[in-house]
Amino acid sequence: MSIQTAVLTARRSITVERRHVLAGLLVFLGLIDALVFGYLASKGDAVFTFTLTGAKVNVPNLVLAPGPVDEGLGALSVLLGIVYATFDLARVPRRLIAATCLVGFVVSFLVWSDAGRIPLPFVSLLATTMSSSIPLMLGALAGCLCERSGVINVAIEGQLLLGAFGAAVVASAFGNLWLGLITGALCGGLIALLLGAFAIRYRVDQIVLGIVLNVFASGLTGYLYDAALVPYENRLNSPQTFNPIKIPLLGDIPILGPVLFDSTVFLYITYIVIALVQVGLFSTRWGLRVRAVGEHPEAADTVGINVLATRWRNVILGGLVAGIGGAYLTIGSVGSFGKDMSSGQGFIALAAMIFGRWTPLGAVGAALLFGFTTAVANVLGTLGAPIPSDILLMLPYVATIVAVAGLVGRGRPPKADGQPYVKA
Amino acid sequence: MSEAIRADVRADVSAPGGGATRGDGTGAGSGSDDGRPVAKAILDAVLEGNSVVVTVLAIFSAVVVGGLLIAFTDPPVLHAWGQLFSNPGNAFVQAWDAASGAYSAMFESAIINPHAVAAAFHGGSVTAVFNPLSETAVNATPLILAGLSVALAFRAGLFNIGAAGQFIGGAMIAGWIGFAVNLPVVIHVVVAVIGGFVGGAIVGWFVGFLKARTGAHEVIVTIMLNYVMEFLILYLLGLTVFRQKGRPDPISPPVAGNATLPHLFGSVLRVNAGFLVALAAAAAVWWLLERTTIGFQLRTVGSNSKAARSAGMSPESTWIVVMLIAGGLAGLAGSAVVQGTDFVLTPQIYGTYGFDAITVALLGRAKPGGTVLASLLFGALHAGGIGMQAQTQIPVDIVTVLQSLIVLFVAAPPLMREVFRLRSTRAAGQLEARGWSG
Repeated sequence: MSIQTAVLTARRSITVERRHVLAGLLVFLGLIDALVFGYLASKGDAVFTFTLTGAKVNVPNLVLAPGPVDEGLGALSVLLGIVYATFDLARVPRRLIAATCLVGFVVSFLVWSDAGRIPLPFVSLLATTMSSSIPLMLGALAGCLCERSGVINVAIEGQLLLGAFGAAVVASAFGNLWLGLITGALCGGLIALLLGAFAIRYRVDQIVLGIVLNVFASGLTGYLYDAALVPYENRLNSPQTFNPIKIPLLGDIPILGPVLFDSTVFLYITYIVIALVQVGLFSTRWGLRVRAVGEHPEAADTVGINVLATRWRNVILGGLVAGIGGAYLTIGSVGSFGKDMSSGQGFIALAAMIFGRWTPLGAVGAALLFGFTTAVANVLGTLGAPIPSDILLMLPYVATIVAVAGLVGRGRPPKADGQPYVKA
Repeated sequence: MSEAIRADVRADVSAPGGGATRGDGTGAGSGSDDGRPVAKAILDAVLEGNSVVVTVLAIFSAVVVGGLLIAFTDPPVLHAWGQLFSNPGNAFVQAWDAASGAYSAMFESAIINPHAVAAAFHGGSVTAVFNPLSETAVNATPLILAGLSVALAFRAGLFNIGAAGQFIGGAMIAGWIGFAVNLPVVIHVVVAVIGGFVGGAIVGWFVGFLKARTGAHEVIVTIMLNYVMEFLILYLLGLTVFRQKGRPDPISPPVAGNATLPHLFGSVLRVNAGFLVALAAAAAVWWLLERTTIGFQLRTVGSNSKAARSAGMSPESTWIVVMLIAGGLAGLAGSAVVQGTDFVLTPQIYGTYGFDAITVALLGRAKPGGTVLASLLFGALHAGGIGMQAQTQIPVDIVTVLQSLIVLFVAAPPLMREVFRLRSTRAAGQLEARGWSG
């Protein structure tokens, strides 16, 4: 066997020990499905509705009895776990199995929580997930842009906050939402400018810097809020919000339409940014250079890539993207600005980026997962479900700790991430 | 020119409160060994921008920027700028008045208020004279403790962003012991304070343990744990065990009188024994760092963990011990708040202490003495900010802006040297940048 194939096989399979740990996890999930959710469910069926009022196509409600459904899903999960442990599977079946068990767990959890209660509006749950994930997705993509070029961005929170502030004020003062959107992006870029100046030029520790910039953004917006937005609320802090745009034809598809194609312009911008960042980073010359700068700046410099300029460009781009995410918080959703309204979403975005192993698609997937958890927690709160929403809301953070501890596949940051570059 | 002396002076100036008085027998101010005047050496130190000079310049710059922010958002000042051409002097006078008024109100509420002094001479209350200082100490207490937590971890090369989560852990246990347990007078308060330490230490230990066993980056774990702890306290305050009877909102019963930290100077001034706990903790951290084997290992691991390992030390066990103690210190901050000033647990009890602690530790250059001084400064800013808002209607958030600007400027000595045209020299106490993998 040549060295190359040895490396390839080593990359594809995982150690026996880890395989058993993961299989154990799947079996454990299955047992919870069957024993906890299956047996302890209240009497009565769980009803999921799939049709929003006014939809053209009527999808029938799904009525599930908690007992058989949860026990069936549990049994499936246990079975798949045993398969996982016994055979040395390739990567794709491994992932499929893990995904099936995870989805099964979520479904049996929802069936358990909804059993005997009012119907669960599944489509609006997913639609809420999409819209509330917008700042998370954009923040995580901003993180990817910065960190792939070797600059750690802990200041996403501050970029969201200042973006939200700028968007609300300008949209309100000039009565123009698009102007607000642009200002939001520029405000995110402003924090990025500070991040770049101190990280790239003055070579300050980037984690310290990110934290301090968050405090700065919180103080600045808090001060201006009290000094200007409260006394002149009508003029400076009563923006309109973007209306949802339903895309013709696509928006009428049952279930998918209202979730994916009937939202504000922010969701469509997010789609575009996802595509641009993914394709840009991995299929263009620009992306190759960015990744080279993030992994090995000396080598990149040797072949003539301007390391500092590349980093500057990416930091600013990231700031603009996060700023748009911030603008969503005001003019995309609630309208007026409130103190510290980003409320830790920048840190969830950071977590999503790490959870997604510094890749745009992974980061977006993680952001959606986190958004879904939050949406479920909120819906279940209104249903009076048997689990406290505070515990559910903890999940994204616990998941991230589990991920960085290497239990479920450890990511590797770009090699030169956080290291200032000094030309030799 | 002897480099040794220059370094000596620099060390002297950077020692807290050290100043230029040296007790090494050459006599203060008369001159040094090679005949070079000490004054010249000090001047050199200033021009080269050592760490104390950079700190002073950073505070000065932040005050200037903050003053401009106040001057350009104050409505009367903005009105005066509008009439710049008809009455040019007025705009500058108004701007100066707004900024200086804000800062003097801050000073009066944080250090000493001349009106209160004058009143005291005319038979007014004497305690009122000391009230600003008491408020400064009260505000500084949790900052010192949480700041020490961050500083200690820093010295071991760890970045503890989890002071907020550890604070909650400490506050939860100290508070619970305070309101749910019945103990005799002195014992109750001591047990609750120890409980605070333990609560924070558990959270901190978990971080160190994960890093040692799996290599999980402490920055990510601590950020995530902050949120986990925020939701945990929210959840617990929803349970009947932690809920105050007859209150619909999440708030705990008040801690028993036996468990509160006693006031130091009568019941009017809020300064309490928590301040002494904080000072004692600073002394203990100094002793730990400078005079013990653990401290030596800790600093060695912090400056180069590979070298420490070659020398037979275990970075892993050092990380666990450091995070345990650091978590405990932040937990003490939680106990100081719940037993000293707030007396109840609320979901927002952690306030902004987590991030304030980082700014304090950075400004104090991760040294116990420096952290105490930085905490007193920020404590004074907080106390002063509240008084300023009451007097001048300028929002207290300006304090947060000042705080972040000071730290931002301190973290970038090259920037201060550029702005103030100082001679460039070796980086004076600049933090070495690390990445996720560092």
